[in-house]
Amino acid sequence: MKRIHGVLSVLLVAIFLIGAAGCASQPQADGPKTLRVLAMQQAGPTPEEMNAIVAKFNAANPNVTVEIEYVSYDALHDKIATAMSTTPPAYDIVLVDDIWYAEFAANEYLLDVTDRLDDNMKSNIFDSAWAITTVNGKTYGMPWLLDAKYFYYNETILKEAGFDAPPTTWEELVAMGQAIKEKGLVEYPIAWSWAQAEAAICDFVTLLEGNGGKLVDEAGKPIFNNELGVKTLQWMVDSVESGVSNPASITYVEEDVRNVFSQGKAAFASNWLYMYELAALNAEESQVTGQVKMALMPVFEAGKAAGVQSATINGSMGFSVVGKSANPDAAWEFVKFLTSEEIQKEYAAHLLPVWANNYEGEALTALTALNPATPVTVPIFKEQIPFSRVRPKVPYYSEGSKALQLALQEALTGQKTAQQALDDAAAVWVELGAK
Amino acid sequence: MSVLAKPRKSLTLARQEVRDGLWLLAPSMLVILIITVLPIIFTLVLSFFDTPLSNPVPRDFVGFGNYLEFLNSQQFWQAIWRTLYFTLVSVGMELMLGLGIALLIHARPPGWNFLRTSLIIPWAVPTVVNGAMWRWIYNADYGALNGVLLSLGIIEKYQAWMIDPIVAMNLVIVADIWHSVPFIAIILQAALAGIPVELEEAAAVDGANAFQRFLLIRLPLLQPAILVALVVRTVEAFRVFDIIYVITSGGPAFGTVTISYLTYLESFTYGHLGSGSALSFLISAFTLVMALVYIKILYRPENRA
Repeated sequence: MKRIHGVLSVLLVAIFLIGAAGCASQPQADGPKTLRVLAMQQAGPTPEEMNAIVAKFNAANPNVTVEIEYVSYDALHDKIATAMSTTPPAYDIVLVDDIWYAEFAANEYLLDVTDRLDDNMKSNIFDSAWAITTVNGKTYGMPWLLDAKYFYYNETILKEAGFDAPPTTWEELVAMGQAIKEKGLVEYPIAWSWAQAEAAICDFVTLLEGNGGKLVDEAGKPIFNNELGVKTLQWMVDSVESGVSNPASITYVEEDVRNVFSQGKAAFASNWLYMYELAALNAEESQVTGQVKMALMPVFEAGKAAGVQSATINGSMGFSVVGKSANPDAAWEFVKFLTSEEIQKEYAAHLLPVWANNYEGEALTALTALNPATPVTVPIFKEQIPFSRVRPKVPYYSEGSKALQLALQEALTGQKTAQQALDDAAAVWVELGAK
Repeated sequence: MSVLAKPRKSLTLARQEVRDGLWLLAPSMLVILIITVLPIIFTLVLSFFDTPLSNPVPRDFVGFGNYLEFLNSQQFWQAIWRTLYFTLVSVGMELMLGLGIALLIHARPPGWNFLRTSLIIPWAVPTVVNGAMWRWIYNADYGALNGVLLSLGIIEKYQAWMIDPIVAMNLVIVADIWHSVPFIAIILQAALAGIPVELEEAAAVDGANAFQRFLLIRLPLLQPAILVALVVRTVEAFRVFDIIYVITSGGPAFGTVTISYLTYLESFTYGHLGSGSALSFLISAFTLVMALVYIKILYRPENRA
């Protein structure tokens, strides 16, 4: 038995040594600290702009090294979830989408910052922005990217087809699309992000709400398979069949939509705010600079009749401190800096401030004149944001969303009818809700 | 145990050597234990529990519940069939193409050295980079595939290739073949170089034509190398994940969701680490069966080179 004890003790010592090595690498209270940030390379500031923000932060906090890692939106959720199962976690600060806050809060991934918020933040940041990072009355981060999908159109193509104004209903868009197609201006007038990804849900909710429908009812029960849901999905299927929608939309996410639209291969697109500067003003990124205009997101005739003026998806995100972070205070300081009014104003080209006081009086004039993009983006932001709809805040959202993505794709690829596909997805949601 | 506890001087020389040997092995055994054996055992334990990713400790024991849930689910069997299709087609094509290329190099045509060197390039490209490249090639609005087919007059306008689940699966297979053919070609080419020339010369003298010489001399002698290539590639193909993640993300309509992709979704997107672990063990079981089948069919004592 002695030998076994000997081997065991060697094992234990080895494990402790490894553990101690892990602890030793952790920073001292006042010594140099490293903050690891997980962010997204799509929408919001470019990595160059983020680096400039970090440099500014370092001027006041020379002891802190900030390392930012960028992933695509579609890798972000899983990367955060995986990183959270270790101690210490791989990241101190993470960018969290609106739809993940419920899940992450339930799993205790994020630092509760409710008591760290000051009055200036509470009174001057949009209430709708706080709604993103708040779950059951507790706030888990700073709102950062207050975004929605906007309607973009290529004015030159529309004029060539004989239209002076953008469509206000999806039925009008189809008619205009047919005319554009017949004149041979573009092959497929509108490109969507309908790939098997969250992006498809964003476009579906936009269309569904524009038809007067909803994903879930007030009790949280799925109702996307009702008549309105089926009609909306059927419209999507029909628009691909008629060639008004680009058939490749079934494989596209937002960046693909931006590429197609920026090459002048689409007359219309639905995308986040970041696309305006890149497609309309940035000649390195776009072949259609000077032709891009934005308008209020159209609705369906039925929605219009029911009083829906416009409807779009709310795709907002917040920066949160990881609950198990070794440096929660330094991390919180950086999050506050990132989302501060000053920084948000300065880097408003791809991301508009969450600070409501910037949209009134003189501050609004200043914000509008801030850079070449803001004269267009600020007014449309003010106009469109009130019509943005959030997705359900449920802990099982990721799994429910995958089921709905599958349903959309099954209908779009003709494997199931719209009704059948949505019924099947609704059954999954009911099952998930019961767990 | 009592023997080990005896005073040192009573040990024979042989025993001392065994003991010293054990001590010398201990560090590497320890490393293997920590990084391989423990995680496997831990995963096995997890697979019998309802374990959330957020708190990966075994909590609610569900027995074989996780396994049964999959064995009874349509999604699991669809993923298995898709994976088998992917494996069969890609490994089959790779073997044929790889063998063809190996024979070509072996024949030493002009420029064979360049051919052999350039063969390494697709193999050297990381899978993720390879996937990103093919994703661009297949793009419906600005992809090279459309460009080439259009200028050859094969298609009249750009096509959206990846919108059909079956086409998408086959195009992912093409990308995988491009990446993996060199591996098989290089292994087989090396094995071909080891076959004594005398055997073929003797057969030629006896009147065997080129095809007979290939079928009766080269192929049997290549069998051990083919076995190695097949086992390695089949196991790899069965666990395919990265190339699918990059090119299609499992779409359209789950049409390219293979069993590893399903495991990923289950474990990390849905956060069900318990059922994800069960799936991993099911994959291991399938690969083990396939490896055993290969060995049974191909690895006979007389084949030992």
